[in-house]
Amino acid sequence: MELTRRKALMLGAGATALAFMPSMPATAAVEDAIAEFTGGADVGEGDITLTTPEIAENGNTVPVSVDAPGAVSIAIFAAGNPSHDVVTFNFGPLAASHSASTRMRLAGTQDVIAIAKMSDGSFVRAANQVKVTIGGCGG
Amino acid sequence: MAKGVKPRVKVPKSVSAGETITIKTLISHKMESGQRKDKEGNLIPRSIINRFTCEFNGETVIDVNLEPAISTNPYFEFEAKVPEAGDFKFTWYDDDGSVYEETKSIAVN
Amino acid sequence: MRSISLRILASVTALAVMGSLSAMAEELPELVINEDIEMVTRTKAPAHLENLDEIRSGWTFRTKETQAFQMDDFDNPGMIFVDQALDTWETVDGAAGKSCASCHEGPESMAGMRASMPKWNDDAGAVWTMEMYINDCRENRMQADAWGWKSQPMLNMNALISLQSRGMPVDVKIDGPAQSTWEKGKEMYYTRYGQLELSCANCHEQNYDNYIRADHLSQGQINGFPVYRLKQANLITSHNRFRGCIRDTRAETFSEGSPEFIALELYVSSRGNGLSVEAPSVRN
Repeated sequence: MELTRRKALMLGAGATALAFMPSMPATAAVEDAIAEFTGGADVGEGDITLTTPEIAENGNTVPVSVDAPGAVSIAIFAAGNPSHDVVTFNFGPLAASHSASTRMRLAGTQDVIAIAKMSDGSFVRAANQVKVTIGGCGG
Repeated sequence: MAKGVKPRVKVPKSVSAGETITIKTLISHKMESGQRKDKEGNLIPRSIINRFTCEFNGETVIDVNLEPAISTNPYFEFEAKVPEAGDFKFTWYDDDGSVYEETKSIAVN
Repeated sequence: MRSISLRILASVTALAVMGSLSAMAEELPELVINEDIEMVTRTKAPAHLENLDEIRSGWTFRTKETQAFQMDDFDNPGMIFVDQALDTWETVDGAAGKSCASCHEGPESMAGMRASMPKWNDDAGAVWTMEMYINDCRENRMQADAWGWKSQPMLNMNALISLQSRGMPVDVKIDGPAQSTWEKGKEMYYTRYGQLELSCANCHEQNYDNYIRADHLSQGQINGFPVYRLKQANLITSHNRFRGCIRDTRAETFSEGSPEFIALELYVSSRGNGLSVEAPSVRN
């Protein structure tokens, strides 16, 4: 996805508008996407590790790894993308670990959230902020 | 079938029974997100690989749902148990109905 | 490699003097591909380069995540395109009924070619780039259609042939008949272009390692081309990058394959004489 200067300005304007609003629609929307995965169940803290770069040199290809021992599945969400779902890993009986890595697109600096569904039906969560640089010479 | 789609899979050729291995997969695919517009301002329709699976002798290792936020040329890395000699089967499912498959045999010492 | 070990030695000495662990952070990352091929990413500048003591691969300016993409051929998305070129290498095309393999056997016969590119072609009486050699084969030996410079098969084949020289030191010839082209490229390097009045040297010689907005400026070395660029999610050539740079100065730019860019490619390549060929490298 191309992040043009105009879009960047619009995003900036949107962020400013958000700051003045009592509720946070963008955050609310990612919580909706998460609720779809969890069925609305409570999400706790626990044994889940989300690895992302602190700074991504390009938002097109951002490496991400998740690891949640005992998880049945792990879903990754991008709070600042136009569509929040990124990927869901479902582990089978021959998975040697409940971990996986992939590469994702991030539309800008934002929180990346991983939710693991454990074998007892509970959910745990981890989140990292990833700064996506918009270079001077993005050309 | 989308043009120029080519899977790459890295699996060791042999292991000791019960050993854990790391598998890496990469497939060439545009992963058109459905968010972009062409020069005339029309939305370019979404065209992605939406599911990837890895099985060993018919049993699931991993089953992945992909969304448009997965990068061009989707990459996955994960770990598998190898209880006996056999075949890993990798399958990618395209939005356009195409299915791309790759098989890798592994021996047990 | 020598300059790296000297630097490490220097930091070890500093460590001993300071008695602090903080100097450990100074240790420079080394590029070893597939835990096997050791690459020279920092070395002494070639004699013709008056304004730099050390030349550095673009890899040394990237974040550790971007660097990691290039350290294993399976993590390097550029290798997908190398695979595609391997198929093309074997495929008969054109009226002569030949494939690349008909004359050249395996692609490993191309070892060393990329390290000397671009170079003077006596028969043509001009400096030729990889693309020109590939198209010469296609048109004259295979009697097939020439590939466009920016076409996918051309990018892929360039990457496959370049890969055969990976790890060899860049060694382009700048004297003899190539000298006038090289002089032209050098003049371009120091010419300010566009409304922003920027030359290549303003960013990549005088300000490398500084930031231009959020971009960490490199020395603009092209030993890694064609590169897999994360932005385009594809291979791109040095001419594509030259065009982007000149456009960003708000100038009318030259096009891929123009005599100007061929001259600039020769000159910029020669600034990297001594660095390892890294193609296909990975950059942001």
